[in-house]
Amino acid sequence: MARVILQVPATAVRGSVIELRALIQHPMETGFRPGSSGEVLPRDIIRRFACAWDGEEVFSAELHPAIAANPYLAFTTIATESGTLTFTWKGDNGFAQTETRRITVTP
Amino acid sequence: MRAAVLAALLLAAMPAAGAEERRSGFADMSAATQAMQADDAANPGMLWVLDGEGRWSRKAGRTERSCADCHGEAAASMRGVAARYPAIDAERGEAVDLAGRIALCQTRHQEATPAPRESEASLALTAFVAHQSRGLPIAPPDDPRIALLQAEGAALYRMRRGQLNLSCAQCHDDNAGRRLAGSVIPQGHPTGYPLYRLEWQGLGSLQRRLRGCTTGVRAESFAPGSHDAIALEAYLMSRAAGMPVETPAVRP
Amino acid sequence: MPSRRAMLAAAPALLALSATRPASATPATMRDAIAAFLGEGGTLREGRVAIDIPPLVENGNTVPIAITVESPMTPQDHVQRIGVFTERNPLPQVIVAHLGPRAGRAAITTRMRLATSQRIIAIAAMSDGSFWSESTEVVVTLAACVEG
Ligand code: HEC
Ligand code: HEC
Repeated sequence: MARVILQVPATAVRGSVIELRALIQHPMETGFRPGSSGEVLPRDIIRRFACAWDGEEVFSAELHPAIAANPYLAFTTIATESGTLTFTWKGDNGFAQTETRRITVTP
Repeated sequence: MRAAVLAALLLAAMPAAGAEERRSGFADMSAATQAMQADDAANPGMLWVLDGEGRWSRKAGRTERSCADCHGEAAASMRGVAARYPAIDAERGEAVDLAGRIALCQTRHQEATPAPRESEASLALTAFVAHQSRGLPIAPPDDPRIALLQAEGAALYRMRRGQLNLSCAQCHDDNAGRRLAGSVIPQGHPTGYPLYRLEWQGLGSLQRRLRGCTTGVRAESFAPGSHDAIALEAYLMSRAAGMPVETPAVRP
Repeated sequence: MPSRRAMLAAAPALLALSATRPASATPATMRDAIAAFLGEGGTLREGRVAIDIPPLVENGNTVPIAITVESPMTPQDHVQRIGVFTERNPLPQVIVAHLGPRAGRAAITTRMRLATSQRIIAIAAMSDGSFWSESTEVVVTLAACVEG
């Protein structure tokens, strides 16, 4: 399992815009780089990231090899109801990771 | 009293420049790279610290013991440890760096195969342990054997090396602050290791960093973990005494 | 003493150690990638998009970039996609982010790779079918002392 650092506020006021940040350990091998023995290393990247709030997708992104190693993404969403945020990363060679965080929304 | 001791320490550590003139490589970086280091949710080095934290409590080796089984909470037991390495390993009477010290615990106390230097396992544990000293001043041990090692390291630091015939001192003391092929020459302080280097796109040790500097002048690099490498590190740490540990730092 | 001459000699030697980069995209492949993003009949206008990226970059491996788009982000009027493209990376595409009114603000931050100094363009696809953009030049300085 890749290491993940998520920044999600534990609580938020209903209707406020909150920032979510996600950092994941992944080499994002471009498919253009020669390895130590000279031949080009095959592409191995995360291709898709998504964030859902209680199952409803609120943000997603398609990533290309030009995204830096250990991909970092920050984006915003409106706090609606207390619930679970699900973060998923999917990529080459069957890479798939899911992380969840609880958030409490106050009136 | 404490201030006087600190001042004496700083003076002893800085034969050439005053303490206020010393600057971490952090100060030479762009605002964007500084921001990356300063924010734990953005600092990619924290991924390795997190990894190390997991390894800290994982049982391993014939003894089936974890680091935590013997050392407890790292926040308490490892606080300040990285700031005083390299240090003497009492059993062997020799100096070891922090990664070497951790490998000794793996062989000696866990009876496990030690993680090779520069492996993810070694870097993660070393970063996790060193992170417990973040913000604490570098404080080399007061031990005559370490003093001897520092002197050896100082000689290596001033020795001209490689086809370009340059010493570390010529770049990091005489030309610090000037530009070399686009990058500022830092003073070369070892405050942030293991650190996340953008060039590596990953975490690496001080010894890996020195490999870049030695191949840069077309010289043989020091074998990681060798006596010379540890002597050089001991000198760099004495030269940086009093400066805060930054692990995990970010550098270009 | 420092011997300026030795230092000057060092610079090109250090430069020569830097890794060779693969063949790059061209302004033409970037145009094609942008055309695919716009789809049939989409026309690109300048404005409403702001790129925040350091103009001078110490290392092209990890360059922070933030994109914000002026938009009320309401169900009637919002940003649907933000795309980032480059002229001289091996491939022109960087990222396509999908957002909607639940984002509250049209603002994303990530970190990208820049193989060399070049122009970057960010495009926002709006819910009314319009496309807005900003482009900027970034200079990448070379790291010295890279491992050979
Ligand atoms: C069985 C008990 C045991 C285990 C397990 C163990 N250690 Fe140790 N550790 C020691 C002892 C005892 C010392 C003191 C030096 C010595 O005797 O080797 C020490 C010393 C250290 C030191 C140096 C502390 C200082 O103040 O200089 C570090 C760092 C360290 N251990 C890290 C680790 C890490 C990381 C692990 C897990 C990979 C680990 N240890 C596992 C017993 C253990
Ligand atoms: C030709 C000039 C030159 C020589 C000689 C040189 N370095 Fe460096 N060193 C640099 C530059 C330039 C950087 C950092 C910039 C970069 O590469 O991105 C650097 C970086 C460092 C760093 C990293 C500092 C930090 O903030 O993490 C250390 C430590 C260091 N050097 C130590 C040494 C030692 C020890 C030697 C001698 C074995 C040495 N250097 C020789 C130019 C030099």
